[in-house]
Amino acid sequence: MTSKTLQKPLLAVLLVLAIVFPMVAANDYYIYVMSLAYIMAIAAVGLNLILGYTGQLNLAHAGFMAIGAYTVGILTVDYGVPYWIAFVVAGVISAIVGFFAGLLSLRLKGHFFSIFTLCVGFMIYLVIEKWDALTHGTVGIIDIPAPTGLGPIRFDNTWSQYYLVLFFLVVSLWLMSRIVHSLLGRAFIAIRNGEDLAETLGINLMRTKVLAFVLSTFYAGMAGALYAGFVRFIGPAMALESHTFDMIAFILVGGIGTLFGPLLGAILLTWLTQSLQFLQDFRMIVFGPLLILLVMFFPQGLIGYWRERQARRAAASMQDRRLQRSVIGQQQEVGTNA
Amino acid sequence: MLEIQGLTKRFGGLTAVRDVTTTFEKNRINAIIGPNGAGKTTFFNLVSGYHKPTSGRIIFGGQDVTGLRPDQVAKLGVARTFQSTTLFDKATVLDNLIVGHRLRTTSTFWDVVFNTSRLKEDEHRCRAKAEEVLDFVGLSSVAHHLAADISQEERKRVAFALALATDPKIVLLDEPAGGVNPEETLGLAELIRKMIRKGLTVCLIEHKMDMIMSLADKIVVLDHGEMIAEGTPAQIRSDQRVIEAYLGADYAAA
Repeated sequence: MTSKTLQKPLLAVLLVLAIVFPMVAANDYYIYVMSLAYIMAIAAVGLNLILGYTGQLNLAHAGFMAIGAYTVGILTVDYGVPYWIAFVVAGVISAIVGFFAGLLSLRLKGHFFSIFTLCVGFMIYLVIEKWDALTHGTVGIIDIPAPTGLGPIRFDNTWSQYYLVLFFLVVSLWLMSRIVHSLLGRAFIAIRNGEDLAETLGINLMRTKVLAFVLSTFYAGMAGALYAGFVRFIGPAMALESHTFDMIAFILVGGIGTLFGPLLGAILLTWLTQSLQFLQDFRMIVFGPLLILLVMFFPQGLIGYWRERQARRAAASMQDRRLQRSVIGQQQEVGTNA
Repeated sequence: MLEIQGLTKRFGGLTAVRDVTTTFEKNRINAIIGPNGAGKTTFFNLVSGYHKPTSGRIIFGGQDVTGLRPDQVAKLGVARTFQSTTLFDKATVLDNLIVGHRLRTTSTFWDVVFNTSRLKEDEHRCRAKAEEVLDFVGLSSVAHHLAADISQEERKRVAFALALATDPKIVLLDEPAGGVNPEETLGLAELIRKMIRKGLTVCLIEHKMDMIMSLADKIVVLDHGEMIAEGTPAQIRSDQRVIEAYLGADYAAA
């Protein structure tokens, strides 16, 4: 209970901090880095739905982000489609590809599913890299237009783009919050806890898992579409599994199966990476041990750890109250006896 | 209520269940006993849809349910528990139970997005159901405990509650008293009787013979996948084949 009353003001403070950030940031580069972290967070929030809540490790997630980004890139650059139409189409196409990939790959369970999706991700990469006529191949797509303005609002500088990305981040989290706290979310969690038990409870495994998969690829597609309009250059490498592993790292650091875990992880790791730039590739020497320590001492991630403590305290306070009541009851009994 | 006709399941060369024919009557406690590896759990897996039978038919409430998926069987009113129940340890007991009634609700993804009144009503119903079944199994006092913190016996009761939350007609219990002490076993037996009083039908697998003999209306004995006997506890106790295969001479003498 305490965690819930605490949550709303805390969220408001965080939102204000996010809004104020560009005004206090030392330079535009910081705003740029933060925007990128938000975009990656949107993708990671989507991955967390299938991985953290439904318990299926999808290693093709970066591939779906690339599908979103390439949809925007191809439609705007080669076909002159306005950004916002391409943006919507990007989400839809990612979800459609996700539907068929999910239908096929979710027939497999556990590690087999992960390995299969690893291959799906690589196939997406290969298609992007080899299909020159459609995707510009290894050259990538350059000069993707920035998101066009909506009415009086323009998105042609880092500031306005930051707020645009922040807007979509908030919408993403709001929608995800609805999903995971609903009966549907409970069905996802039931599948994570045990597929056999979930099925016994009348949950259609395939349909529910495919839905989680499609939703997560939709998030990936939207994040990719934002990325394309923000970075304005995309290459086939963004579909590689190493980017999926980055997102998994965000989720593990922040808290797997928590709403804000992927966001916290994306922000922390993005800034850690930035501050270790001077070490170049050697930064992995710092990164690796840090991750190991985290998994050893906070296996549920930072928010997971915090939430577990909160839940324990809430349960304990309920017990205390009950105990007090029974003690008072006994005292009264003693009083009447005397 | 539940009719089994010539049910057979082969895994490669192994016949786990061989040509079993029996019926479980409504509002009775039916027990399945037999040595380890006799095919008891496989039998449950067949009835609840986890395995497709190699041959034979399963008729539930007059309807042929052979070959249906577990979630379809569950919707028709067959609930089951497992030998060990995987709960979400970081959530409360009540939270763990809410999903149990999901199969009786109709809200979809779009209800979630638009937060419709149908969704709110469904969620309200599921929560009410969870509270109801928790009260039924006598665990209202631990409703807000974390699932990680409850005892083995309470876990068993939560498993019962989860099965009951699906609004079943028959409940299949796989070793409901496994790993709990004799006193707690009596409590669980009483809970099973309470389920019968509520109009449910129960079918259980159990090794605790004292419990079975005092509880069951009908006992089915499996050995190496075959049904070697069925009948009342008294009949089973004096059945020569059952004594040889499972009970042992000591038990028969007692």
